[in-house]
Amino acid sequence: MSIAMTFIVALKALRRNAMRTALTALGMIIGVAAVIVMVAIGNGARISIETQIKSAGSNIVMVNAGSGPFGPVRQGQGNTTTLTPEDAEAIRREVPGIRYMSPGVNTRAQLVAESGNWGTQIQGAGQALAELRAWPMQFGAFFTEQDVTRASKVVVLGSVVRDQLFGAGADPTGAVVRIKNQPFKVLGVLTTKGQGANGQDQDDTVIAPYTTVQKKLLGQTHLQNITISAADGVPLDTVTQGITDLLTVRHKIAPGEDNDFLVRTLEEIATVLTSTTTTMTYLLAGIAAVSLLVGGIGIMNIMLVSVTERTREIGLRLSVGARDLDVLRQFLVEAIVLSLAGGAVGIGLGFGAASAVSRFAGWPAVVSPDAVAMSFAFAAAIGIFFGFYPARKAAALDPIEALRFE
Amino acid sequence: MSTPVISVADLTKTYAVGEVEVPALRGVTLEVRAGEFLALTGPSGSGKSTFMHLLGCLDTPTGGGYLLNGDDVSTFSKRDLARVRNRDIGFVFQGFNLLSRTSAMENVELPMLYAGRIPAAERRARAKAALESVGLGARLDHHPNQMSGGQQQRVAIARALVNNPVLLLADEPTGNLDSRTSVEVMDIFQRLNRERGLTIVLVTHEQEIAEHATRIVAFRDGRVRADQQVAYRRDAVVELEHVNAQADADALMTA
Ligand SMILES: Nc1ncnc2c1ncn2[C@@H]1O[C@H](COP(=O)(O)OP(=O)(O)OP(=O)(O)O)[C@@H](O)[C@H]1O
Ligand SMILES: [Mg+2]
Repeated sequence: MSIAMTFIVALKALRRNAMRTALTALGMIIGVAAVIVMVAIGNGARISIETQIKSAGSNIVMVNAGSGPFGPVRQGQGNTTTLTPEDAEAIRREVPGIRYMSPGVNTRAQLVAESGNWGTQIQGAGQALAELRAWPMQFGAFFTEQDVTRASKVVVLGSVVRDQLFGAGADPTGAVVRIKNQPFKVLGVLTTKGQGANGQDQDDTVIAPYTTVQKKLLGQTHLQNITISAADGVPLDTVTQGITDLLTVRHKIAPGEDNDFLVRTLEEIATVLTSTTTTMTYLLAGIAAVSLLVGGIGIMNIMLVSVTERTREIGLRLSVGARDLDVLRQFLVEAIVLSLAGGAVGIGLGFGAASAVSRFAGWPAVVSPDAVAMSFAFAAAIGIFFGFYPARKAAALDPIEALRFE
Repeated sequence: MSTPVISVADLTKTYAVGEVEVPALRGVTLEVRAGEFLALTGPSGSGKSTFMHLLGCLDTPTGGGYLLNGDDVSTFSKRDLARVRNRDIGFVFQGFNLLSRTSAMENVELPMLYAGRIPAAERRARAKAALESVGLGARLDHHPNQMSGGQQQRVAIARALVNNPVLLLADEPTGNLDSRTSVEVMDIFQRLNRERGLTIVLVTHEQEIAEHATRIVAFRDGRVRADQQVAYRRDAVVELEHVNAQADADALMTA
């Protein structure tokens, strides 16, 4: 029988049991869609991290207090008290090739305004942060060096915080907000930046002089981190090395002893983040692939039932001249059609679900052509693999025994 | 003289049911010449169906030889056997064996799907012609469950004929039919035999059906017990006229 005819016969057989066909294909549909959505979410996260890093600048170096095994991004902050404003100043003065420097201490607090209150992160920073991060103001002005020296009670609001406290788009410059029962004057509002590398909203923040955060909010003298940008044309390696050498001396760290700080470029941090995301993506896709496998087993199950049910049909086909190869092909093609149709619908569903996720959950989800091609190929492979055994069982039937089958 | 269509010598078939061996055929020697219409009779269990399956290349004998048109079937590969079943032999079963939920046309087209590349248009034309030749020109798109037993059996006959076989094998084709429908089916067989010279081997329990053939072979316990030409052959056309006249008379009486 010709291949085209085999396809037609397979389609007819599948249509004869439309409900069963649909339910069997559902296994493949869900599997393929799951793989595509998972990979899309992982991809989206990776791409957004990369764009963030690009927009933040490729010339940024971070110094963090502490040195946990997972890097200083979250670990160790607050435990180590050895990183000081003097270190920050020394770095600015002594390490060559530095353009901007901003010391950092962060905390969380509740902001109280007349019209409402809002809990958010308070970033203590130097006056250079706005330039360092290339973050212009929407209203008002950033705080000055004088504000830092005097530890003035002034804040600059992220646009989300402004929206929450004063209403969307308002200009609260000059207003007063209370943090830990102390009045802070609002100097201005930053422009909207959008989602950050780790998925959190960068605009849901308040920036104050680091000295103010240290003295008025935390009552401490040490720093959690220092952000530095290198001057144009200066290799980041030399800056990183310069900072490391300087801090090693200042902190009197003996050779062989662990550093109590970590110096890394933003790109290195991003690499850690993206590699974590990639691992997560593979993990999720792996779990989704298991459902593809389960779908394949469903196909095999139905094909076995189908072969048994149609034993007499097979006997009849053999008796009018079908070769065993014809029978094998017929059932194999049926299984493949089933899994490919499931795969195709699953791809459609995967696209739909991915765009729904990015619309409603706000996660960036980017469907990758690789994932589509791979899950489709996987679906075909599953059809062949799980369809082969039932098909071979059908082809091995003896004409007379098959015809006699009750 | 030309080679016989069927030539079997000392054909045996033994089924193994668990430990027990069941000898179904104990040595059958028989020749069937082209154009013969042979009826095979015998009590139940005498090996008629077993013999037909061997003739139809649906099963393989335990011993003995079978020449089909002079070719030794035992030397054929599985592929060759499929070809023989497809092109050279038409088989009609007692239980029709039509594909359910499939139209008469598609059922008749089935053997052509396995006969190499036959264009769809030609397939349809040949299936239609075959169905018309058995008087089903008006039932092309009917499914088996929309047809009477006699009509289903005629679809099965059309399917057996569609690849123009040299040999038609029919195992109790009238076993499930009433007497009138049986005569109609026999009419088809007689016409095929007479007009196309088709060689036919037909199994039946009934003497009246057997007498439509040109020769009757009787089996008993897996052996040929009797083999003779039919002296007074029945003619289905005459019988049908008779049955119709009878029906008219009945209608007049009750009117
Ligand atoms: N598949 C089988 N396995 C075991 N024994 C079988 C098988 N088929 C047939 N037989 C045995 O072989 C013998 C001949 O059977 P066969 O079906 O050929 O008889 P038959 O003449 O066609 O009978 P009937 O007129 O009832 O159809 C019987 O004794 C039967 O029990
Ligand atoms: Mg029988």
